[in-house]
Amino acid sequence: MAEYVIETPKGKWEIVCGLEIHCQIISKSKIYSGASTAFGAEVNEHVSFVDAGMPGMLPTLNRECVHQAVKTGIGLRAKINKYSNFSRKNYFYADLPQGYQITQFAYPIVGEGEVLIDLAGGQTKSIGIERMHIEQDAGKSIHDIDPKKSFIDLNRAGVGLMEIVTKPDFRAPEEAGAFLKKLRSILRYLGTCDGNMDEGSMRCDVNVSVRPYGSDELRTRCEMKNVNSIKFVMQAIENEARRHVDIYESGGTVAQETRHFDPLTGQTKVMRKKEFAHDYRYFPEPDLAPLVLTDDYINQVRSELPELPDEKKERFVSQLGLTPYDAVVICENKETADFFEKAAAGHDAKKVANWFMGDFFGMLNEKKLELKESPVSAENLGRLVELVSQNVINGKTAKEVFAIMAETGENPEKIVEEKGLKQVTDTSAIEAVIDEVLAAAPENVAAYKGGKQGLFGWFVGQVMKASKGKANPGIVNQLLKEKLG
Amino acid sequence: MSDLTRLTVGEAKKGLDKKAFSAEELTRAYLKKMEENRRLNAFVEEVPEKALAQARAADEKYARGEAGALEGIPLGIKDLFCTKGIKTTACSHILDGFVPPYESTVTEKLLEAGAVFLGKLNMDEFAMGGSNETSYYGPAINPWKAQGSNADLVPGGSSGGSAAAVAAEMCAAATGTDTGGSIRQPAAFCGVTGLKPTYGRCSRYGIVAFASSLDQAGPIAKDVSDCALLLNAMAGYDPKDSTSSKRAVPDFTAVLEQSVKGLKIGVPAEYRPEGLNPEAVSCWDKGIEMLRASGAEIVPISLPHTKYALAVYYIIAPAEASSNLARYDGIRYGLRVPGNSLDELYINTRTEGFGPEVRRRIMIGTYVLSAGYYDAYYLKAQKVRRLIRNDFIEAFKKCDVILTPTAPTDAFPLGDKSMSENPINMWLNDVFTVSVNLAGLPALSLPAGLSSRGLPLGLQLIGRAFDEETVLKTAYALEKEINFERK
Repeated sequence: MAEYVIETPKGKWEIVCGLEIHCQIISKSKIYSGASTAFGAEVNEHVSFVDAGMPGMLPTLNRECVHQAVKTGIGLRAKINKYSNFSRKNYFYADLPQGYQITQFAYPIVGEGEVLIDLAGGQTKSIGIERMHIEQDAGKSIHDIDPKKSFIDLNRAGVGLMEIVTKPDFRAPEEAGAFLKKLRSILRYLGTCDGNMDEGSMRCDVNVSVRPYGSDELRTRCEMKNVNSIKFVMQAIENEARRHVDIYESGGTVAQETRHFDPLTGQTKVMRKKEFAHDYRYFPEPDLAPLVLTDDYINQVRSELPELPDEKKERFVSQLGLTPYDAVVICENKETADFFEKAAAGHDAKKVANWFMGDFFGMLNEKKLELKESPVSAENLGRLVELVSQNVINGKTAKEVFAIMAETGENPEKIVEEKGLKQVTDTSAIEAVIDEVLAAAPENVAAYKGGKQGLFGWFVGQVMKASKGKANPGIVNQLLKEKLG
Repeated sequence: MSDLTRLTVGEAKKGLDKKAFSAEELTRAYLKKMEENRRLNAFVEEVPEKALAQARAADEKYARGEAGALEGIPLGIKDLFCTKGIKTTACSHILDGFVPPYESTVTEKLLEAGAVFLGKLNMDEFAMGGSNETSYYGPAINPWKAQGSNADLVPGGSSGGSAAAVAAEMCAAATGTDTGGSIRQPAAFCGVTGLKPTYGRCSRYGIVAFASSLDQAGPIAKDVSDCALLLNAMAGYDPKDSTSSKRAVPDFTAVLEQSVKGLKIGVPAEYRPEGLNPEAVSCWDKGIEMLRASGAEIVPISLPHTKYALAVYYIIAPAEASSNLARYDGIRYGLRVPGNSLDELYINTRTEGFGPEVRRRIMIGTYVLSAGYYDAYYLKAQKVRRLIRNDFIEAFKKCDVILTPTAPTDAFPLGDKSMSENPINMWLNDVFTVSVNLAGLPALSLPAGLSSRGLPLGLQLIGRAFDEETVLKTAYALEKEINFERK
């Protein structure tokens, strides 16, 4: 991928960017209480006494959330810390009932790791993971129901979060986009977070600074909170970096502050200046013992891990002969990769991939269907490709058959059989058709023989037409060449 | 049958078992005492109707032969324990009208054992104080008076209502909590017996939190045996409290009669500072002699970091409190004083809702956790806390149980100027008790005699972690020798 450089008449600049991603943990109950995490409940329905910060209530750590975090850590190729502990992050807000968030501070459960991102042209780049810790989500404040009152929904209060912090390794907006895609893919493969940024189950804070191109200094950064789509993250990085460049080039200095990204304008505006930054007064949570994991436990979790997108991609390239690009696209989503693998089993995988990424997804898009709703099953897609490979039908017929499959969901073999679409590979039968065609057009035969080579295609077309498309095009070509001398 | 209230829990239980009197009669006797002694302001919430209903249910259980270990025993509950359907305020204005929809684990266990709850007992606001004077409902008053004086004395704190109520026989026994001496010091001031168990022995679930790493529930009772009986019911692992211990709970009454012969009693040099009240010293010396006479071996020990204990305690406890009390914000329950913005609502509610001592500790706690001060105060205090704990671990290599005074003085008058003008003087009361909480150890205070003013003085026994049994049996032996006459 080409380097991303901000070039102005005054100079060249590069971006230094890191991300902090909050991922809601998939678990039946909240991280420190037994309340349900199910989405879509009535307001304040899933709230235990612990979540509501009632007097005398104590947190207890949800084992499943720890399991999910360890799984995620392994998926991020990260160090799993056998000792971690919990801290309180103290601040007042109406949707934070305890007045503190129980999080991990000095000793997170997951240490350094890396994520390989896939860039244009089949290139990859390693993005460093600084750490990942687990914590509780806050509730939701709703300010737009009443002009004077705010409303609080605590259903989300106490839902488990994994906060993933990257190293400042991003040098281009596209890299951040590719990272978020890859992270989402890994989390979904693992089943530890559903990764829906629009629903807020994955939320991204973006830290951006710039520096003169080629230097290794780190300048003041600004943080943009809760940027809620991959597109917006890339936009926010680009625009914020430009803002910094403009400031530096006009002789100013960038102030360390938290900024808000406005998706409507694409611009950022100041939310909180450094002098108003909270003093969170972190201290070890006395209500929870440190979390100590054994090697056996970590190995057990490791053994439960599914094949992840990178490994799957690798396998599809080396064993199935896919191009890296096709493999990346197919492996981004586990369901897609599974469908493909089922379709390709026992058939020519490369050809299945072409069909899968071309006609098959074209059909789904046209019909506005999800993969799981596809009328064409993986097995039938494979069978169709096999029919072509075995010369039972030709490519053109295959497209007709596929169109029928898309309507009826039928087995392609059955369709070919019923509609009599089997291609003719019997040379004597094809010869007979060719003879008819040549006999019917003596002028063209003469013209061809006289040097009008361009007429060859016309003959092929006539033969195919006469055979109702069932003649094997290869044999037709070969026989025609022989007959026309 | 007003002398029913004279009976200890153990004696009352025997009477109930033999059907010498009914649980209802017993409860009525205590309710009468409760009414007669309202002047002591020991109860902040009385629930006589509920108590009588419980007592009648207990009588039915006796009739069916299904009586629990504390069936029909009337107890007072410190207002720090959340009690389902019974107002619980931690004696703070900020929890005005709060009626918990849940029961604390300790009170739940007592109810399961058949106990009858008479009401909620006065205490220092959020358990912060040593005289019960920080209560929003005014101080409880010590039933004892100094010879030749009619001045009201403090019952100690923070479990002042519990100690006063037990001393005045307004309940058969009471629950207390102890963060820096809050069970032991009031027990000493009121001439009753109080036990702070090992940290983790009793669940903290449903107890309004003051300082989470120090708080522990325990009984205040008429004698050592009753403390053992109550602890049997209160103790045990609770999955709802991650800091509660999974260790098996023994029958604490089983060891009481065991001899202390050959037991090694540690006597720490550091607890005899120059200028210590000579009456406390002589009371202590008498205790030492009694144990020696009973065949125990007296071992001089050293707890060299004792002198830092108060300073460490008054950093760690307020730090945790400043965070624990953040939830009292006027949003969901209790007092709300409106404001024009969220911040104003917080400020108005918390300014009006918390008393001066609580505000002071929130300020101190916030300060010591602040960026730039954390290392110098909180972190340093945690390190010294470890050294204090190590002192005890070393000491217990040489002895089995440690004997000290409970408090440096006997009960002082209400509104004592030296303390109200300088809170440090009040905090000095905790000098012998806070180390135990910092180290998480079990300790018991029992009445050991009277001062020259005719007021009770307490002795404290400190045990190894989870060795309440040695503490109890030593206390039981001492109790027999001392033969203290309750009020």
